[in-house]
Amino acid sequence: MTRPLLIENARILDPASGTDARGAVLVANGKIEDIALSGPVGVPEDAEVIDAQGLVLAPGLVDMRVFTGEPGKEYRETLQSAGEAAAAGGVTSFVMMPDTTPVVDDGALVDFLIRRAGATSKVNILPAGAITKGLEGREITEFGLLREAGAVCLTDGRRSIQSSALLRTAMSYAANFGLPFVHHLSDTGLTGDGVMNEGLFATILGLKGIPREAETVPLARDLQLAALTGVDYHAAQISCAAAVDILAAAKKRNRKVTAGVSINNLALNENDIGRYRTFFKLATPLRSEDDRQAVIEGLRSGVIDTIHSDHDPQDTEVKRQPFAEASDGAIGLETLLAATLRLHHSGDVDLMTLLRALTQRPAEILGLPSGRIARGAPADLILVDLDYPWQVSERDLRSRSRNTSFENARLAGKVMRTIVGGETVHLHTD
Amino acid sequence: MAQAPASTTSSSGDFPPFSQRHLLSIADLKQHEIIDLLDRAERMVPVSRQERKSHPTLSGKTQINLFFEPSTRTQGSFEIAGKRLGALVMNMSVKTSSVTKGETLVDTATTLNAMRPDVIVVRHSAAGAVELLSQKVGCAVVNAGDGAHEHPTQALLDALTIRNHKGRISGLTVAICGDIANSRVVRSNLLLLGALNVRTRVIAPRNLLPAGIEHLATEVFTDMREGLKDADVVMMLRLQHERANGRMIPSIREYYRFYGLDAEKLSHARPDAIVMHPGPMNRGVEIDPAIADGPASVITDQVEMGVAVRMAVLDALLPARTAP
Repeated sequence: MTRPLLIENARILDPASGTDARGAVLVANGKIEDIALSGPVGVPEDAEVIDAQGLVLAPGLVDMRVFTGEPGKEYRETLQSAGEAAAAGGVTSFVMMPDTTPVVDDGALVDFLIRRAGATSKVNILPAGAITKGLEGREITEFGLLREAGAVCLTDGRRSIQSSALLRTAMSYAANFGLPFVHHLSDTGLTGDGVMNEGLFATILGLKGIPREAETVPLARDLQLAALTGVDYHAAQISCAAAVDILAAAKKRNRKVTAGVSINNLALNENDIGRYRTFFKLATPLRSEDDRQAVIEGLRSGVIDTIHSDHDPQDTEVKRQPFAEASDGAIGLETLLAATLRLHHSGDVDLMTLLRALTQRPAEILGLPSGRIARGAPADLILVDLDYPWQVSERDLRSRSRNTSFENARLAGKVMRTIVGGETVHLHTD
Repeated sequence: MAQAPASTTSSSGDFPPFSQRHLLSIADLKQHEIIDLLDRAERMVPVSRQERKSHPTLSGKTQINLFFEPSTRTQGSFEIAGKRLGALVMNMSVKTSSVTKGETLVDTATTLNAMRPDVIVVRHSAAGAVELLSQKVGCAVVNAGDGAHEHPTQALLDALTIRNHKGRISGLTVAICGDIANSRVVRSNLLLLGALNVRTRVIAPRNLLPAGIEHLATEVFTDMREGLKDADVVMMLRLQHERANGRMIPSIREYYRFYGLDAEKLSHARPDAIVMHPGPMNRGVEIDPAIADGPASVITDQVEMGVAVRMAVLDALLPARTAP
């Protein structure tokens, strides 16, 4: 049994309770034992005391969309290396997408992954179960058995189900088991051979565009079917202004609808592609600056619930290709918090709203007890220096892959300590 | 033009050193660089009209033509250009697709670079591929067409043809008609002609017009007669047969009816309008054979200017490699 831990003199920021105050938190037996915003806290004699002067104490981040290489492509990322990257980025829990080899479409695999992650990863890895067998969009998987094995949600990862009839069946059956239904939005016909946002910039580069309608058409369909079936529906990641409007209208009528956004679509736009930089080639493409601003407004107004990293390790071989032939995806676990804090430092979104989208909301959607600083909650906590300046360098990243969309970016905000279940799993050292 | 003894003076002698390392796109060129290349090309035209078609300023240099997409005329044009300049020219045709690729583009670039060429001429089906390759080699790189991005020597040879026939470029109205969305020729031409103050028009059915084209061309038309009205130059584009299969265009006969250049449609352009085509032509698809072979057509002139432009480009790029 590890020693109790007392974190004092911290600025405690907890979106779930609305707390923004100086105080102390006592951790024991892997859980938050006590919180003292004023006055002393009862400290056991053997407690380790951390003076968090100048630091923010917040719940650990819950990242709803992370791709790992393991199983099947361990050279890209293992559960261990993903866990190390997550710990360094302040992510104490992440949902692992089922797009692996083999696909996570069977309860036995979920069970295996949970045990494997427990043995090798510093943070909580929460497997998602595939909606359809082999992610092929044809036959639904055993939702009930997946849930029993420990899958936290259902998703076909970076695949989008095209058949409305199958989608209806899957949503209906997911509602039966109360599993969150997370769906990537891409009409494959409208996406076609597109590789970036459709518009003038794609035309200048001679690249095929992906229209916004490739996202909004399936979104509108999904929202109607979600209302029909009563499923807990989460739009995996949205990227454009029109999608925010469609969601805003739907959320007024259906409280079971939520939506996420990738940090990439909050922090970057299509111009970052520059001259064919493939680290900015993403399955949900970077859109225009107007779209980015609309998505930020969606976050401010609460239409968008969660922010995730969309961490997607890809090796040099598949990235160092002509743009259209390169693989999609960028890593992001280690830069998620600092890149999100850009919106705080720029004054675009207040700090509490940002933290809520990184902690409380994803935990609520997934039905996790974490994502908050409350007595009895798991001691998944981070200490953050909000203003700590640093420059991203691929050499310093812990991920096995190097495809960061923030290479050389100057960011402010660094995780000084990450605690998972009361154990310090990452300690920043200069 | 008087015939200078070609082998004794370098044509580049009167020109200041060319400032670019590669020719990847028209977008990289400033107006004075475009005019400089056209002037250099003008000087190369007589070389190919001589008895002895030799102007060996590139003697001792190695040129590799690396074509990932089959091309008869462009590859042949670059080969003749290099050989008339005295370079050792090697042709490499690589059959590749993203599905069945073995060696990656970057590997190919590294391998060729080790053979120490002085210039690599590249055509590839993917936009940006030539630029990617240029980052991995130590020699000059010429873009001979990358996907739907650019085809800079085509735009230069088109401009030279126009200048020779019209005596000027600036102030003209040039109408480009056909598959605008998928054409690298259009992008390079719009950039080049735009830089030379040409009134540019694009004409195509709406589904062959790419997003944002109104920012790249002066005017956009979907009706061919309106678009051709008072044009000085009519540039026709090749329609890929596979687009006329009902997925983009219902049929060739419908396309020809509305967007094929025939005498009646051409009558809306200026009486002295010239007709151009980058080739290879689909007679009866985008152009009436009578027009293609008629008095307004300058299509074979384009081919001749192509050699001159490519000689000028190779000649301009290679000395720059020895500059500090």
